[in-house]
Amino acid sequence: MSNDTTTATADAGTPLRDAVPGTALLEVEGLTKHFPIYGGFPVKRRVGAVQAVDGIDLAVHEGESFGLVGESGCGKSTTGRLLTRLLEPTGGRITYNGQDITHAGRKQLAPIRSEIQMIFQDPYSSLNPRQTVGSIIGGPMEINGMNPPGGREMRVRELLETVGLNPEHYNRFPHEFSGGQRQRIGVARALALEPKLIVADEPVSALDVSIQAQVVNLLQNLQRELGIAFLFIAHDLAVVRHFSQRVAVMYLGKIVEVGDRDSIYNRPRHPYTHALLSAVPEATVTAARDGEGRERIRLAGDVPSPINPPSGCRFRTRCWKAQDRCAKEEPPLIRLGGNREGHLTACHFPEEPTTAAREEDVILDPALLAAEKGTGAGSAGPVGKVDR
Amino acid sequence: MTVSPQPASVRTLDTEPDTEPVLNKGGQGSELVGRSPGQLMWRRFKRDRTGMVSAVVVLMFFVVGLLAPVISWLYGKDPYTLYGQESLDLLDDFSFPTGKFGGMSGEHWFGIEPGLGRDIFIQLVYGIRNSLLIGLAVTAATVVTGILVGVTAGYMGGKTDYWLGRLIDFLLAFPSTLFFVAFMPVVVALFVSPEDETPTYVRVLALFLVLWFLGWMGLARLMRGETLSLREREFIEAAKVSGAPPWRIIRKELLPNLVTPILVQSTYMLPAAVTAEAGLSFLGVGLLEPTPDWGRMFALAGKVYENDPTYMFFPGVAMVIFVVCFNLLGDSLRDAFDPKAGR
Repeated sequence: MSNDTTTATADAGTPLRDAVPGTALLEVEGLTKHFPIYGGFPVKRRVGAVQAVDGIDLAVHEGESFGLVGESGCGKSTTGRLLTRLLEPTGGRITYNGQDITHAGRKQLAPIRSEIQMIFQDPYSSLNPRQTVGSIIGGPMEINGMNPPGGREMRVRELLETVGLNPEHYNRFPHEFSGGQRQRIGVARALALEPKLIVADEPVSALDVSIQAQVVNLLQNLQRELGIAFLFIAHDLAVVRHFSQRVAVMYLGKIVEVGDRDSIYNRPRHPYTHALLSAVPEATVTAARDGEGRERIRLAGDVPSPINPPSGCRFRTRCWKAQDRCAKEEPPLIRLGGNREGHLTACHFPEEPTTAAREEDVILDPALLAAEKGTGAGSAGPVGKVDR
Repeated sequence: MTVSPQPASVRTLDTEPDTEPVLNKGGQGSELVGRSPGQLMWRRFKRDRTGMVSAVVVLMFFVVGLLAPVISWLYGKDPYTLYGQESLDLLDDFSFPTGKFGGMSGEHWFGIEPGLGRDIFIQLVYGIRNSLLIGLAVTAATVVTGILVGVTAGYMGGKTDYWLGRLIDFLLAFPSTLFFVAFMPVVVALFVSPEDETPTYVRVLALFLVLWFLGWMGLARLMRGETLSLREREFIEAAKVSGAPPWRIIRKELLPNLVTPILVQSTYMLPAAVTAEAGLSFLGVGLLEPTPDWGRMFALAGKVYENDPTYMFFPGVAMVIFVVCFNLLGDSLRDAFDPKAGR
């Protein structure tokens, strides 16, 4: 494994490669998933819905890596499961290679199944403990009736080698492997069907940091060498920056900003993206001096409940720029003036396209503000400013 | 994953024999010796002395049951002949065995039955045979029913789960012993009119039906719970993503993970079924005279224990050994089947 692992600055010199011109492999329009909530006595009826995913549009092009980031509970994983059709969408359209698969049944999906595969978050529950590595990886081939030259066992051994495992581990059981090795088995299983798109649902978040780097580099090599498109779901911005050419930021079931890597990480416009980026810890020595050179934004509270999301812009309850208009009008996801092509932002009052330090830090948490300002913080308003 | 080359002798089998196949990294191109799940289980089971002893004892009960006619032939007695009536010196005037310890002798190993004077040893052998066969049939039927209902409820979920759950609740609410006693004559009457003599096979069938009807719910509930928790695991989703049909998911992904609870539960259910059958015969609604039966031996022994305590001894000890060994075997099997229960 090489040393160039996930540092936040790894991609500084490669902005041009970011723009992937390929044709759209997977297109999503207005994708919605509402989980109904039942309640009441004696007759249970529908009393509401968790609006996990509420109308998102995205497109994954051939051979590109598309990152999907956001806080816990913002609907990233639900999106991944909708795209692999593990969940039935409530609304919207999913098109794969021009074919509408929004409500396709198991039989209709059969030919596409081999082309969209998934890597799961938890390497401990994603492998059947009763099956050998050989049958875990060979199973999908069996289901899809694939008979590679040299036999399935041969192919499985090849795959094990591809993902950096010993092919002689063919007959071993998942419990004999470490978390990182298990995740590699999961990757090999996804590769077994020679997919064109892999939905990776937080593939490294359950792993050790040193192992994370190995697995991310493995995925990156696969993406480059086999030309597989990835939908990479993660909450670790540094990992996504390392891995994805295009990035979408999700908040409470909606995409608030999408664009190429450089735009999102260096010229973000949406306040939420700013807040997320300012929360990434920096590993360099200069940055150790309390975020010098970078803006600092500290949001208060949690993501609002997706059962009853805020009207208008969903981020307005935690946004320091929110005004009346934000509550009334939902901002459309559009290309703002000064943005690159493909860089879309859903905000009425976008921020400046820079992540450089502001004159004042934005701190929305009253308690934290009081701590930062010392004794005189009692009279601070809802949005506090701390002078630098 | 680079593996630093090391001499083959560094790793030995002694450390972790079943999870660490023989490694030969010397570069001779030899493969890792993988072991099949069955082999691994067998290796773990063999190391469990309690399990092995229990298995041998349980197996002996089955052998005795299956070979009852052979034993009868070798022993030279059959369970129907009234030896006490044929030879007058075996029973006294009150129809109790004359010899010590219930009439134990080289001729009649376990003694002579008080009253009719049959041979206890061969009675017990045939009693074990009948009780075990009925118990086995009941267990097989309840296990299959339990798996079917439980996995269906757990995997389908929704309305199916709800109604199957209510059915299970309803049947569990039955007072089972009372039901058995009350319904045995009813079920028998379904097949034979009360005036005619009831053939033995009808009684056996009725016993089987009654025990089966109220026997499967526990396992079904267990299966439902296990299926519910497994259904949400990511490896099931992985199978779905690769397009596996539901039947394959149940067969290849769910059932192998259910083997442990099924097996353990069945090894607890079999002795329970055998004792339930014996209990019904004890209460007089199971197998009737002259069919030899384990439970009916207790019924008679209970009546005569003041004068002939030995009669209770052999059926009782056999039953205790049988139930204890079966339960121990169940525990050992559970340990052997679980790869993570390394001891």
